[in-house]
Amino acid sequence: MHEVPRFRRGFRFQWEPAQESYVLLYPEGMVKLNGSAGAILNEVDGQRSVADIVTSLEQQFPDAGPLGKDVSEFLQDARQQHWIELS
Amino acid sequence: MSRTETADPIKPANPHNAGPPLWLLAELTYRCPLQCPYCSNPLDFAQTEKELTTEEWVSVLRKGRKMGAAQLGFSGGEPLVRQDLAELIAEARHLGYYTNLITSGLGLTEAKVDAFAEAGLDHIQVSFQASDPELNNAVAGSRKAFDQKLAMARAVKEAGYPMVLNFVIHRHNIHQMNDIMSLCERLGADYVELATCQYYGWAFENREGLMPSKAQLVRAEQEVNQYRERLQQSGSAMKLIFVTPDYYEERPKACMNGWGNLFLTVAPDGTALPCHSARLLPIDFPNVRDMDLQSIWFDSPGFNHYRGDSWMPEPCRSCDEKEKDFGGCRCQAYLLTGNADNADPVCSKSSYHDRILAARKAADHATAGLTELVYRNADNSRLFFRG
Ligand code: SF4
Ligand code: SF4
Repeated sequence: MHEVPRFRRGFRFQWEPAQESYVLLYPEGMVKLNGSAGAILNEVDGQRSVADIVTSLEQQFPDAGPLGKDVSEFLQDARQQHWIELS
Repeated sequence: MSRTETADPIKPANPHNAGPPLWLLAELTYRCPLQCPYCSNPLDFAQTEKELTTEEWVSVLRKGRKMGAAQLGFSGGEPLVRQDLAELIAEARHLGYYTNLITSGLGLTEAKVDAFAEAGLDHIQVSFQASDPELNNAVAGSRKAFDQKLAMARAVKEAGYPMVLNFVIHRHNIHQMNDIMSLCERLGADYVELATCQYYGWAFENREGLMPSKAQLVRAEQEVNQYRERLQQSGSAMKLIFVTPDYYEERPKACMNGWGNLFLTVAPDGTALPCHSARLLPIDFPNVRDMDLQSIWFDSPGFNHYRGDSWMPEPCRSCDEKEKDFGGCRCQAYLLTGNADNADPVCSKSSYHDRILAARKAADHATAGLTELVYRNADNSRLFFRG
């Protein structure tokens, strides 16, 4: 929870109006992100910890209940895909 | 999460429901110092007209981005030949593209690697021909190619770019799989593309001398799988992408994810194409000099030619797999059957499938050496133009 996620070099996260979604761009590839994946990765800035991100998301989506488990599972997954680093 | 988007006041008519051109390939030039015998450039590249100017490319990039293009490849030929490359990279990055430079490494210098990074280049892909200098240089038709490529791969890594190394695999280097993968690991590649030749352009002319046998392929596949396992165990982030030749399949690939559905190529002279080899088809393709990119994509006869499925003859027409593979590759159908409407002969339902079987058989017995291949250079190209 105290780990800080950051995008790996070569991975770029941005909003694409034509696809009406957030995407992750990397060498010769692109993932279109669903709503929650986009919302989580939108918080990744290389400064804030997983715990900070959870707090921020819980404030943005008060109806969603506690998000800690989902968020850290997703970020672990993103790390395994080599999209982000956790340190 | 809600986000309000202002609707586009002029929504183009889109009867085939074509997706936006998310990938734009800018083939900046057909000029290239190398002569690979599997080059995907047209056989008569030496005949093509004047290249687009910097301003014309900038306009293509702007319009493409507006239409939704997010991935941009600068390729060729050898894109480094263009003196305005850094300028185009900067413009593309400013527009929000993810910018990929696809290069042979020839003409690259450390200074350029740094200048491109400053301009905002996201990634450099360096192509190799083999894992050792002799074979590499023989295939590329250049004596200094290999050392230069090694030096540039190191420079790319040093500058902090993600690095993709690309190897075109054929019967003369397929025995080097392990050497190739370990070379890539030593160089610190993030992705390794091991792409067996696709037979268009020069590669079709040289098919018999390039196509690996089934036995070679099976062995290579095993080697890649074993290597991949090892990488996984050691926690390495290096990804291996092995593209096998569809000549050994019974169903074709869903070419380009559907005709005019995702990919847009602009050739050096401004011809817009649904894929980089489509130029060989007997279809009139529009040019960005004469037509707006938006109209090219949505309205031009060239781009609508194979959208939907009303153009399909049998066996595709009544096939329940047509949504899956769109009848395969139009270029392959044209090259192998003489009619681009036909099912891709890779499909076992095609009445021309025996031509694929014959090519497989030939690959089992082929004896042609490297020196017997037709190399991609201007002299040979003019020969093809004269016919
Ligand atoms: S395939 Fe070889 S000859 Fe063709 S453009 Fe690439 S480097 Fe040049
Ligand atoms: S018949 Fe045509 S649509 Fe059916 S699988 Fe073969 S190529 Fe695809």
